[in-house]
Amino acid sequence: MNNIIKKFIPQILAILFVVLIFGFLTLNAQTNMDNRGIDFGFGFLSQESSFDVQFSLIEYSGSDSYARAFLVGLLNTLLVSFISIIICTILGVIIGVARLSSNYLIKNSAAWYVEFFRNIPLLLQIFFWYYAALRALPTPEKANAWFGVTYMTVKGYYIPAMVWQNLSVFLYCGLAAIISIIVLRNYANKLRDTQGKQIPVLLYSVALLIVLPLLSFLFGGVSLEFEIPELKKLSKISYIYEGGISLPPELIALVLALSLYTSTFVAECVRAGIEGVTKGQKEAAASVGLTPNQVLKLVIMPQALRIIIPPTTNQYLNLTKNSSLAAAIAYPDLVLVFAGTALMQTGKAIEIVSITMLTYLTISLTIAAIMNWYNKKIEIKEK
Amino acid sequence: MQTFNLLKPNRDNIKNYSIFGSFLVLVSLIDVISNAFLKINLTSFLPGSLTTLFPLIIGLIGLNMMRIDYSGNKTLDLLNKNINTNNFNALLTLLILFSIIKALPQSLSWMILDATISGDSKDACTGTGACWTYIKVWFRRFMYGMYPNEFHWRINTAFILVIALGFVGYFMKENLKKYLALYYVIIYPVIAYLVIYYLISGGSFGLQWVETGAWGGLSLTFIVSFFCLIFCFPLGMIFALGRRSNLPVIKYISICYIEFWRGVPLITVLFMSSVMFPMFLPEDFFMDKLVRVIIAITLFEAAYCAEVIRGGLQSLPRGQYDAAKSLGMGYWKMHIFVILPQALKLVIPGIANTFLALVKDTPLIFVVGLAELAGMLALAKTNPKWLGFAMEGYIFASIVFWIICYAMSKYSYNLEAKYKTER
Repeated sequence: MNNIIKKFIPQILAILFVVLIFGFLTLNAQTNMDNRGIDFGFGFLSQESSFDVQFSLIEYSGSDSYARAFLVGLLNTLLVSFISIIICTILGVIIGVARLSSNYLIKNSAAWYVEFFRNIPLLLQIFFWYYAALRALPTPEKANAWFGVTYMTVKGYYIPAMVWQNLSVFLYCGLAAIISIIVLRNYANKLRDTQGKQIPVLLYSVALLIVLPLLSFLFGGVSLEFEIPELKKLSKISYIYEGGISLPPELIALVLALSLYTSTFVAECVRAGIEGVTKGQKEAAASVGLTPNQVLKLVIMPQALRIIIPPTTNQYLNLTKNSSLAAAIAYPDLVLVFAGTALMQTGKAIEIVSITMLTYLTISLTIAAIMNWYNKKIEIKEK
Repeated sequence: MQTFNLLKPNRDNIKNYSIFGSFLVLVSLIDVISNAFLKINLTSFLPGSLTTLFPLIIGLIGLNMMRIDYSGNKTLDLLNKNINTNNFNALLTLLILFSIIKALPQSLSWMILDATISGDSKDACTGTGACWTYIKVWFRRFMYGMYPNEFHWRINTAFILVIALGFVGYFMKENLKKYLALYYVIIYPVIAYLVIYYLISGGSFGLQWVETGAWGGLSLTFIVSFFCLIFCFPLGMIFALGRRSNLPVIKYISICYIEFWRGVPLITVLFMSSVMFPMFLPEDFFMDKLVRVIIAITLFEAAYCAEVIRGGLQSLPRGQYDAAKSLGMGYWKMHIFVILPQALKLVIPGIANTFLALVKDTPLIFVVGLAELAGMLALAKTNPKWLGFAMEGYIFASIVFWIICYAMSKYSYNLEAKYKTER
């Protein structure tokens, strides 16, 4: 009896507490909204948004609905996160490996890189790139060509656009290549487990990835042309580049800041992972006669990756959440488009902030769930 | 005498190789230095791109010749071991050296040699370098925001008092030491709040009232992060214990709380505090924006704090729990006297890291209109009298934050090392 009371009373109290808080807040919200004549509901999502977004991946204009504006913001958030994740991974791996180098200069430059970019608030870095560094770039008419065809100007980065013919055939070929690589990998693993034979899977995979899409150019009627940006005079002093794709300076500043900042954390994860594989593993692998390449591929990397991947995914998640700082420099991401402009126009504070938060929450929890599943899968099964 | 092969150094000709090799490296360095500092191109007689590659090639050959194993010369061995183990490393070494030399004169002249610091208006800045006059003139604004100039002593006094009170623990008498935790968790926050309220806000004791809208600059960063830290710690502890509880309702409430706050970005939390939170308050109840922001950040950081503390709780061996239980201790007795003192000691470095993240996050309050250092910079940048000095401002702010964060990360690293050995 005593035990039951001890177990149930705190739980009931906790539930009561939560219910009371929520009840109190809802009651207040209700009276406040009644007083101001606002009604609660998500009907506004299908209304016409009547505001414009500077940069969007999908067709969007002011006559589209708020739901579509939400989608534009979400896609912009995902775009900047995606590009930054790729760059920060490349940088992070290089810096992480460099920190373990035997070369005094390389080791210390990498260490200072990490200390430098890690200890400056991300918002200041974004401001620095956007307001100070990118503003110092030349105007379109004075810009020099980078690699002959791209132009870095104060108005953004202009790159050639790709004009495809029969793009779907090309994509199918890429898909076929990926499927055949998976089949090949499985076959190679089976061969290794049953007969102990090794085949150079990586080499074959790269070859497949290059050859199959290339074949589509030769036989599938696929063709690719580049539309190179060209300088055009708008008025006496104003020039602009036409054609090609223009990446707005907000996007560039954001990608630079996010990837430089996050790469320091990725570098630390990589370093910890490689240091985490004990020396004995390397020596044991070498003593059973594996070549240095095989030691790296079959013994060190699988163990190091097991340590590296979970915290690195966490950093990717942080990066995605940090990309919401875009709102501070007016890059039209989810927060700016939806929790900024749309909120100003509709005044639906509760609905819009909840939708924004839930979107980020969904992204985070999905990735966390995938990570948990992956961790379970690669866990060393101890007997 | 053996044949003298340029690319295959050996020990027999060590003198020739090392002297010739270091001569080549020296030549390459001199070439780059003269190029960067004196703008003289010594190798202009070479065709095209060879001019730029010349120092690299010469330096590589030089380093290759100096690479002699077990040469017996201590300096040479040290050099070879540290920067010159193979051709690839030698190349990277040269590249790093060259890029440092190339970047040095430009940044030096911009930041120091050509910079201006005298005068007190924009007209003083005529040089090509940085205009530190801007920082000098705006310094008080960057530190104290729009807080009236004649009252800055109040902020300084409040900070000194709060810091001094924080160190009371060190000087406490031995018989009072057992109340230390109580002091830091409950009494200290209250005193600190009162000090900041009465000194910085004013309104009584003959001090003039200064509303929170005027607070700003770096001092606001400190105020916000200080309050968030002292409030989020106890809250985090509660949720950490809750998450480890075996009562399902409490456990799931804690999990929901922690995962919710950890899943959303701080900027949306701040938006929530500024536009959504007022809707949830009773009708004629006014809460200051700064207070709302501090509450929001506290709730947010408490989730991260909880996870750090949970890590500490989990790393304690089971034996500690079993031993406490076998002595007949209940849940609260066990946690207060056995588990938490040990676990909290373990998580001090983790908490320090959370605090570091918190300080780095505070500039974000700029997006809801609080003029913290980043906000003051944005304000100063758009001042018509001081247009065009964004670079100086952001470099200044970066240096300030870098010093603070670097010192904190070094401190937390030291703490980590200290507590590692004690276990």
